[in-house]
Amino acid sequence: MVLDEIKIGGLGASRLRVEDNRFIRGKGNYVDDIVLPGMLHMEILRSPVAHARIKSIDTSKAWNIPGVRLVLTGEMMAARNLAWMPTLSYDTQAVLATDKVRFQGQEVAAVIADDPYIAKDGCEAIVVEYESLPVIVNPDQARAADAPVIRDDKANQTDNVVFNWEVGDKAGTDAAFARADHVSKIEMHYPRSHPSPIETCGSIADFDRATSKLTVYMTSQAPHIIRAAVALVAELPEHMIRIVSPDIGGGFGNKVPVYPGYVVSILASILLEKPVKWIEDKSGNLISTGFARDIYLKGELALRNDGKILGVRMHTDSDHGAFFSDAQPSKFKIGLLHAAFACYDVPVAHLTAQGVYTNKAPGGVAYRCSFRITEAMFFQERMVQAAADELGVDQAEFRRMNFVRDDDFPHRTAFGFLTDSGQYAKCLDVGLEAIGYEDFLKEKEEAKKRGRLLGLGISTMTEPLGAGNSREYDILGIKMFDSAELRVHMTGKALLRTGAKTQGQGHETTWAQIVAHELGIPAADVVIEEGDTDTAPFGMGTYASRSTPVAGAAVAMAARKIRAKSRKLAAHLLEASEEDIEWELGRFYLRGAPERGVTIQECAMAAYSNMPDGMEPGLENVAYYDPPNLTWPFGCYIVTVEVDPETGVWDVLRVVAVDDCGVRINPMIVEGQIMGGLTEAYAMANMQFITFDEEGNCIGGNYTDYLLPTAWETPGYELHEVVTPCPHHPIGAKGIGECATVGGPAAYVNAVMDALKDYGVRNVDMPLLPDRVYKAITERTDVSGAPPVRME
Amino acid sequence: MTSLFEEITTTSSDIPIKRITLTLNGRSRTVNVEPRLLLAHLIRQGFKLTGTHTGCDTTNCGACTVLVDGTPVKSCTMLAVQADGHDVMTVEGLAGPSELHPIQEGFKDEHGLQCGFCTPGMMLTSKALLDRNPDPTEDEVRWALSGNLCRCTGYQNIVKAVLWAAERLRDEDEGGGEA
Repeated sequence: MVLDEIKIGGLGASRLRVEDNRFIRGKGNYVDDIVLPGMLHMEILRSPVAHARIKSIDTSKAWNIPGVRLVLTGEMMAARNLAWMPTLSYDTQAVLATDKVRFQGQEVAAVIADDPYIAKDGCEAIVVEYESLPVIVNPDQARAADAPVIRDDKANQTDNVVFNWEVGDKAGTDAAFARADHVSKIEMHYPRSHPSPIETCGSIADFDRATSKLTVYMTSQAPHIIRAAVALVAELPEHMIRIVSPDIGGGFGNKVPVYPGYVVSILASILLEKPVKWIEDKSGNLISTGFARDIYLKGELALRNDGKILGVRMHTDSDHGAFFSDAQPSKFKIGLLHAAFACYDVPVAHLTAQGVYTNKAPGGVAYRCSFRITEAMFFQERMVQAAADELGVDQAEFRRMNFVRDDDFPHRTAFGFLTDSGQYAKCLDVGLEAIGYEDFLKEKEEAKKRGRLLGLGISTMTEPLGAGNSREYDILGIKMFDSAELRVHMTGKALLRTGAKTQGQGHETTWAQIVAHELGIPAADVVIEEGDTDTAPFGMGTYASRSTPVAGAAVAMAARKIRAKSRKLAAHLLEASEEDIEWELGRFYLRGAPERGVTIQECAMAAYSNMPDGMEPGLENVAYYDPPNLTWPFGCYIVTVEVDPETGVWDVLRVVAVDDCGVRINPMIVEGQIMGGLTEAYAMANMQFITFDEEGNCIGGNYTDYLLPTAWETPGYELHEVVTPCPHHPIGAKGIGECATVGGPAAYVNAVMDALKDYGVRNVDMPLLPDRVYKAITERTDVSGAPPVRME
Repeated sequence: MTSLFEEITTTSSDIPIKRITLTLNGRSRTVNVEPRLLLAHLIRQGFKLTGTHTGCDTTNCGACTVLVDGTPVKSCTMLAVQADGHDVMTVEGLAGPSELHPIQEGFKDEHGLQCGFCTPGMMLTSKALLDRNPDPTEDEVRWALSGNLCRCTGYQNIVKAVLWAAERLRDEDEGGGEA
């Protein structure tokens, strides 16, 4: 009898999560839960000002506090060549400031003490004298002729420009614009945001002089990259470095980079020969660690009168803060921004981009996306709506007319990406049907007669997920592949380790489902381990929705290697030739005699107790997987809203999401990912942003300024699916964790803009705060959200 | 326990130490604490119950929510001395060692958690709701949970989890009544 794959928790089973068993009991093991014998506690003193020369630092009072063990300053770090560290984007970043502070919240000193309260006391006792410098908080200020050079530490830096970059066909694009019936232009700012997992960053560095081994427990989405970075930067031998990522309380890109706190805790542990714990507070997390977005667009579409897109022209100005430390693996300075318009059949396109330094926190991270993909798809879908509105073409029809067709794959985009699969029009149709498109348009017209403002917004996009392939994606030269190691024990139970690291995505549940699918070993018989560099095979971690596309593929490939060896064992047990052995889920049998068979568990026992002469014993394997391409999921998000013209407040009426992420390993978990993404999209559209005043004070350094949606505001979601398997992934899966975050924001904003169409408003920058929407309505004007904000 | 508390309280003699007694998960505990010690830190570092998480330090995120005399309280901004004489329940007190409270089962069954960091606080706030309102509407659940932030789930499955638990608890009550 063939096994029922769903019953054994295989592919497609909405298997309940294994990791929940500890989380619901309060038995998770997050970094702050770890206590080591003799452990000390570290606190960081941060700069209260955004740009200033450091005249003096007096730490004497801190040293005198009982219980303070060590006070570290930039000068002391410099003596050990650790005051600066390389960034993931080939710039340098201050660990503890030496010459100047360049953003509010920058790390200035650290105190290590017997308990965290004393460490805080120590920080308060440090006296720093600052000499103020002019502050820059946006690209226009950065480029001004009289702007101070923020990075005067760099020998050849004479202005505040980080890079100039371009991609595409300039001449061809100019020609397309010259012959266009209509050119649609729009400008906007995608505001600075912060991933803000509820758990902040932290580490426990534990240097053992006796063994020379450094163990660091830390909140890292990519522990192997950290090991490599520590080996290269601190010049410690790699085999003497062990990085452990325990349970992580959310990442969303925030926990990819190397932060000064990690580095200082490591040095402190080496100096003191004791474990040193650093747990960042929320303000420290929000004002100093990896922000996201903060990019300005000038976008233009060349159009035929019927709505056909003839060409795309984009220019972006990105604000990188004080250090260029984008945490991104692509070779492109602007990340994957030029994946914009990948779902549309665009003949020609050109993008120019400039990045600048400002006096803001450094470290652009890909907040729940591949780097710059969220901005790309937001700009794309806002440009599409503006164009459709200008031409008077129905917004759904405009998209359908321009989609890449189902029979046109593989498709080379105008910017050079290769998309490989999708059913874009079908997804849109499913979404329109679900929302009741025609009926809503009528309802909207009826409501208008009664003074009510309804709007409907659409966002459709395909995005490249799952870095790499290794040809185009690397981190510090390390290629973007991933790995899985599968050990099948003699009783047919198994241990699986991967180079990825779950932070809520449910790897402990879903990886076992892939093994169950490939081998017929029940998912409950497979235990998953991740995050310990001493035991896990080398991998590049979890972000950019890369776990399933890369590590998940490696799991399948490792299982297939196990199956190949098991086939030889089966032939031996059945006393037959390997060519005569057939496979069905969980069992080999003799061709023509299906009753004569052996289970995968019997093969496993044979691998340890009854292998054929000459066969290597055991049943385990490691697979390293380098994907041939990125995966290209598609998302269609449709939102309806009602805007109150009296207050500018808008309410979401309905949210419909149609996602095509190929084959779904665990539908329950996929839907959980989509709903999380839709909520972050709602957050960005509605309330969540970090801005700055003229003095560079961060507005958004705590949860009363940086608003996250609660259960009360968050809308309900209606989810639908279309399945177009990925043509190159072993089980046909595509990335999904980030699609709704990427595609979602434009749907909300387009809905509000649709409601405001009659007011002549073309753009209100996110977040669509009530005062901004109110201003747009009453003054019939576009509203910019660029900093600085004036604090009243 | 005393030596442990030396680690998280100052050794400086000019700061007074206060003796407090509280009931924690049904058991009476008497400890010496420094007046500035936060309840969350007493629970985590002192009593080594690490299911209570600290997220924002400012009473916003609710990861540190515990029940004080049955009411949800954010323990990161309550002083330990304020718990003197009160009854405190943490996630570890929701059910016995080999049992699960229906709220815990509901969170697992409805996929009401992902990273798990907000989950203990969410469950305790949910318990307080269901203790006073055994049959809440979806809106009542959303309002009750609006002081607890989650970044992973988008709340929809958390709401379903609480409604699932409410139904189970009502069934258990009816069953108990008949027996």
